[in-house]
Amino acid sequence: MTLDSKLGGSKPGGSPAPLMDRADERLKDQSGLAGSVSAFIDRVRSGDLGSLPVIVGLIVISAIFQYINPVFLSANNMVNLLFDCSTIGVISLGIVCILMVGEIDLSVGSVSGLASALLGVLWVNSGWPVAGAILAALFTGAVIGSIYAFLFNRFGMPSFVSTLAGLLAVLGLQLYILGSTGSINLPYDSPLTNFGQILVMPDWLSYLLVALIGASVLFTRMRNATRRQAAGLSASSTGAAVLQAAAITALIGLVVIYLNQSRGIPWMFGLFVGLVVLMNYAFTRTQWGRAMTAVGGNREAARRAGINVKRVYTTAFVLCATLAAAGGVLAAARLAASSQQAGTGDVNLNAIAAAVIGGTSLFGGRGSAYSALLGIIVIQAIASGLTLLDLSSSLRYMITGGVLAIAVIVDSLARRSRASHGRA
Amino acid sequence: MADSTHGAAAEAVLSLRNISKHFGAVQALTDIELDVHAGEVVALVGDNGAGKSTLVKILAGVHQPSSGTMTFEGQQVVLDGPSAALRLGIATVFQDLALCENLDVVANIYLGQELSPFALDEVSMEIRAWTLLRELAARIPSVREPIASLSGGQRQTVAIARSLLLDPKVILLDEPTAALGVAQTAEVLNLIERVRDRGLGVVMISHNMEDVRAVADRIVVLRLGRNNGIFYPDTSHNELVSAITGASDNSVSRRASRRAGVDNQPVPGANP
Repeated sequence: MTLDSKLGGSKPGGSPAPLMDRADERLKDQSGLAGSVSAFIDRVRSGDLGSLPVIVGLIVISAIFQYINPVFLSANNMVNLLFDCSTIGVISLGIVCILMVGEIDLSVGSVSGLASALLGVLWVNSGWPVAGAILAALFTGAVIGSIYAFLFNRFGMPSFVSTLAGLLAVLGLQLYILGSTGSINLPYDSPLTNFGQILVMPDWLSYLLVALIGASVLFTRMRNATRRQAAGLSASSTGAAVLQAAAITALIGLVVIYLNQSRGIPWMFGLFVGLVVLMNYAFTRTQWGRAMTAVGGNREAARRAGINVKRVYTTAFVLCATLAAAGGVLAAARLAASSQQAGTGDVNLNAIAAAVIGGTSLFGGRGSAYSALLGIIVIQAIASGLTLLDLSSSLRYMITGGVLAIAVIVDSLARRSRASHGRA
Repeated sequence: MADSTHGAAAEAVLSLRNISKHFGAVQALTDIELDVHAGEVVALVGDNGAGKSTLVKILAGVHQPSSGTMTFEGQQVVLDGPSAALRLGIATVFQDLALCENLDVVANIYLGQELSPFALDEVSMEIRAWTLLRELAARIPSVREPIASLSGGQRQTVAIARSLLLDPKVILLDEPTAALGVAQTAEVLNLIERVRDRGLGVVMISHNMEDVRAVADRIVVLRLGRNNGIFYPDTSHNELVSAITGASDNSVSRRASRRAGVDNQPVPGANP
């Protein structure tokens, strides 16, 4: 069926047959380890920073807090940090979705608060089974997201405005359903609160998972390389694949060994990372993810390519609000309570800041699921460090706000640099 | 090449009858008639604002006509969106290229048509992308670079390669050679002929009369949103220009006669 055969076009390749994608003489040879390093430096210089700023930021933050208070990097504090990460991290993952298409949801905090209130009211007050209450909370999130999508697709209402209105309206709904009680305590010994407060993976399972991660990285890299070689395309060497898999395994392995000195890896954090990996697959390896990136980059081009743009926006809004509701359920489990305060304060800002700090662009079309993971660790590290210093929340707000401002400045500068270096 | 069209008895692949389109009070197109046969190149020419791009957008399903009917392969069709046009087999290369700058060449060529939607087949897509680009003798160093790093001509080639991906029956080219170099223009004209010889209908908009005469089997002139005659490549330049501008006495002919008669006497009132 190829056009090539129908048009009788020239078959590529002569006697020395260069690789199909390495035929152009203007291409620099960037094979091998030295090539990879120089390609990486080129990329960073042109403003394609990836997750480099986050990792540098994380090292600086850890060094400062560890210097001031040696408890900061203790295994016990790190485990607590991972518990705290998971709740807002899941919300932040939804923010990555919506930023990907170049829109925003400012009401994720309120939606998470409403979800936690629903959980308390349905489960504790009305006696629903816990699974039913969780599903109802998630469903409510999905409904709120589809309302935003409807307003956006039907009336062209800017998401900035509709979700700002939603911020207030959903908060009102949360206060309404909590009624005069104000706060509902969840049963302390229930599986859900255990999940949010104490359940950790057994040591053997955590090591098994590390080995599994390393093996799957190696397997996919090798399979990819084999397929590309068989097809006559350039492929990374086996050595590079082994090196990368070994480095990843060693890094995660060391962290896990350290955390297992204390309680271990929280199951809740495992759930969060699982969602991140799933979302990363959806973004990079599915047609839906491609459509999300395309719509965020150039909406009209995506429409003319036959993509159903409205449906893409709808999935983004619904996914964002549903993940916000899931984050609210996890937050309720973490605190063992549904209260009027749930989802208020800095939850909104932290979720958005985490996505942006992690490297997802506010301008749409650029981002990665891993930015939610990296970003929330930065935010929680700052919060945890400042709490250890016994600083009031007033100072914490100011510092987190400053970090968000820096992250957006880095994003804007990198974007300008990419434009001048001819990268998107 | 001309025999298939001068005796145009065969049924048209695509035909428009009484197509009108207005944007508010502006009547962009009025009662347009257009036939495209398999294996012919129809050039759509006209001045700026004649309605060429609007017509192409209607054919591509981007705009919906205010009135009139469209027939594709004998069936009356309504294009309610770009994907409907693509499904029928009408592929379009837009003037504003409609590429996503943040995606790479392969992703752009396959945008909306990715292979195996739940586990993208990057290797097959990359190979097919290279094959299509080779067809066009494209000079693109790497298909894994984002579109933002390509020049205007390279982007044009990517856009044309994308239109060929789905084995369409009719290809619409809006100013296909405007941004191209000399060699690439010739390559695109060659490609248009090759596509025509394969039995596809080609609709091409161009301001370049040389290109139009070189490949077109039929030249349809639009003027102020109306049909203003159908011509053939053997039509004289003057006749074509007067159909486009609407008069035999126009700025183009005045300029030509001024240059020819510059030795004899200055033409009065020839100043722009």
